[in-house]
Amino acid sequence: MSEKLPPEVAEAHWNKTRSLMITALLIWAFFSFFIHFFVVPLNNIVIAGFPLGFYMAAQGSLIVFVVLIFWFANRQNKIDEEFGVAED
Amino acid sequence: MALSMKGDFTDNLGKIYGIYVGGFAGFVILMALASMVGVPDQFILWAYMAATIGIYAFIGIMSRTAVVSEYYVAGRSVPAVYNGMATGADWMSGASFVGMAGTLFVLGYDGLSYVLGWTGGYVLVAVLLAPYLRKFGAYTVPDFLGTRYGGNAARLVGIVVLFACSFTYITAQVYASGIIASQFLGIDFNYAVFAGLAGILVCSMLGGMKAVTWTQVAQYIVLIVAYLLPAVWMSTVQFGIPIPQLTYGGTLSAIAEYEQMLEVARAHVVPFQAMTPLNYFTLIFCLMVGTASLPHILMRFFTTPTVREARKSVGWSLFFIFLLYFTAPAYAAFSKYNLMGLFANAEDFRLAFTAIPQWMLNWGSIEGHQLVTICGVKAESVAAIQAACEGLGFEGGFPYQQLTLNNDMIVLSTPSIAGMPIWVVGLVGAGGFAAALSTADGLLLAIANALSHDVYYKMIDPKADTKRRLTVAKVLLVIVAIAAALLAQTKPADILSMVAWAFSIAAAGLFAPLVLGVWWKRTTNMGAILGMIAGFGVTMFYLIGNVYGFDFQKGTGDEFTWFGIAAISSGIFGVPAAFIVTIVVSLFTPAPSQEMQEFVDRLRTPKGGNMMVQTH
Repeated sequence: MSEKLPPEVAEAHWNKTRSLMITALLIWAFFSFFIHFFVVPLNNIVIAGFPLGFYMAAQGSLIVFVVLIFWFANRQNKIDEEFGVAED
Repeated sequence: MALSMKGDFTDNLGKIYGIYVGGFAGFVILMALASMVGVPDQFILWAYMAATIGIYAFIGIMSRTAVVSEYYVAGRSVPAVYNGMATGADWMSGASFVGMAGTLFVLGYDGLSYVLGWTGGYVLVAVLLAPYLRKFGAYTVPDFLGTRYGGNAARLVGIVVLFACSFTYITAQVYASGIIASQFLGIDFNYAVFAGLAGILVCSMLGGMKAVTWTQVAQYIVLIVAYLLPAVWMSTVQFGIPIPQLTYGGTLSAIAEYEQMLEVARAHVVPFQAMTPLNYFTLIFCLMVGTASLPHILMRFFTTPTVREARKSVGWSLFFIFLLYFTAPAYAAFSKYNLMGLFANAEDFRLAFTAIPQWMLNWGSIEGHQLVTICGVKAESVAAIQAACEGLGFEGGFPYQQLTLNNDMIVLSTPSIAGMPIWVVGLVGAGGFAAALSTADGLLLAIANALSHDVYYKMIDPKADTKRRLTVAKVLLVIVAIAAALLAQTKPADILSMVAWAFSIAAAGLFAPLVLGVWWKRTTNMGAILGMIAGFGVTMFYLIGNVYGFDFQKGTGDEFTWFGIAAISSGIFGVPAAFIVTIVVSLFTPAPSQEMQEFVDRLRTPKGGNMMVQTH
């Protein structure tokens, strides 16, 4: 076991981690649910044969999810390094 | 040779899988050449099955182990990218491979709830769970619950939920592998099931998680190539561009024209025709939360070397899953376009009885399944179809509306529908088989490891030595696998339809205690245990009440529905129930000990190595 972190460092680290979690989940909720509430109007926009509402559910949101996870992993790493709690 | 390789196996992964991919490509080319020089079709199909099972068995035997941590978590040495591929294979079941495009074909836009639901959940895995479970260093999911929530009661409830969601699921995978094997080898389903069982055991029995990991990577490569190739083929034929995911916009427009021409009532891209908006969104929610709760998925993230790698690995997992899921809608569109074309180009938009393609009859006449239905009858022979259609007043031919294809045959039959040669058909079969085997292996380990590690080692005999533990683990693994195969052999229709429930059950029973265990220190043992029971209980109550009613018989009129929610989305009641009960009970019980609060603090900081120092 490593030496114990000073409580204020641990708390600051966790606060940042928590806000990152909330940001990530807001983006997740937006592309999982919110945007698809508007599928009917979005379907009136057609790009390269794809109605936009259909496209978002079939591809758009999925691409966002993949990028979001890599972005999150990167940000969380930075936070861990900033507070000196990253793995060696 | 096996032993001299092992030491530096993980250093040479790139080289080893590079050779494997080259060998696989060579094999496919060999099959293509063989079919051109007139080798019988049946021989080619057998060769695909034999070659792929052979290579999985080879990897399984090479990865045999007598080390407990290798058996349970692959020695925690799996790099993020490879764990991503293994998770992809673990995740994409026979049903995803075989049925996903078919579901989209039939449901159109509404089917995309599955595409969204089965991908977005990985965001929850990455953000809320995987890094913390990895840091904890457990061997199984119930192991985490038992440690965080004070012992065997929580562990036991976790095992019950795990068993409820995983056992029906594995039965369906064995069933799927049996169907594919019987289809492609031309042998009876009752024997084919055991071909599937053998395929599963060779990957898992000798090497546990270590062997399953390395075979799943190999299986991912087979299944993704098998999935992408026909879609690329169709895209190239129709548009001259081999990127189906970009070109099928044009196909969607063409389908819309055909739909007008053929007077199809339900347009492919128009939402909410097969599902209400409420069911569409609750289904997405349940599938996503379920993804983040299924033990066989979570345990894959126990195998990475570090917490950092665990996070990155979730990204790679979703990337590899995404490759299949963003191709599935393209697959569905091309298949639909090809099929509708038969009718749109026929006189009066009716397909003449004399022009019924051979594949419809081939698939239609498979015994024991009704895969192709024309004019309400099983499409066994032209005469039978003609008689039925004429009975309905269709002379000379039948319209598009009178044709129904089973979801599960779309992917497997598309190569024949689009007129692709036998070596593609065989490849697709091998891909579906790989998908079913890899998922079955993951589930088998999740169940058997919970029994051997949690029930046997932690609850019955904590003093057992390494050798004994591994023996027990392997014996239980074989028993669970055989039980699943015997059950699958009876073709239990009810159990197969229960698979979709697994997501709601896992979501309701496990999501709240896992998430709150990390994110809310105040969660108490009693809160978590009662929360799990409440979530699991509410979901099971709704599932059984909605589908069977309380006489346990379908269609007797005592089934009930709340707010029009479908059984598959029953987690929408269970998940909130679990959170509410956990939080309320926790607030009414004394806060967890100082020790437990410090435990949670350590969970939250990546530094400092595994918390749970496993003996042996």
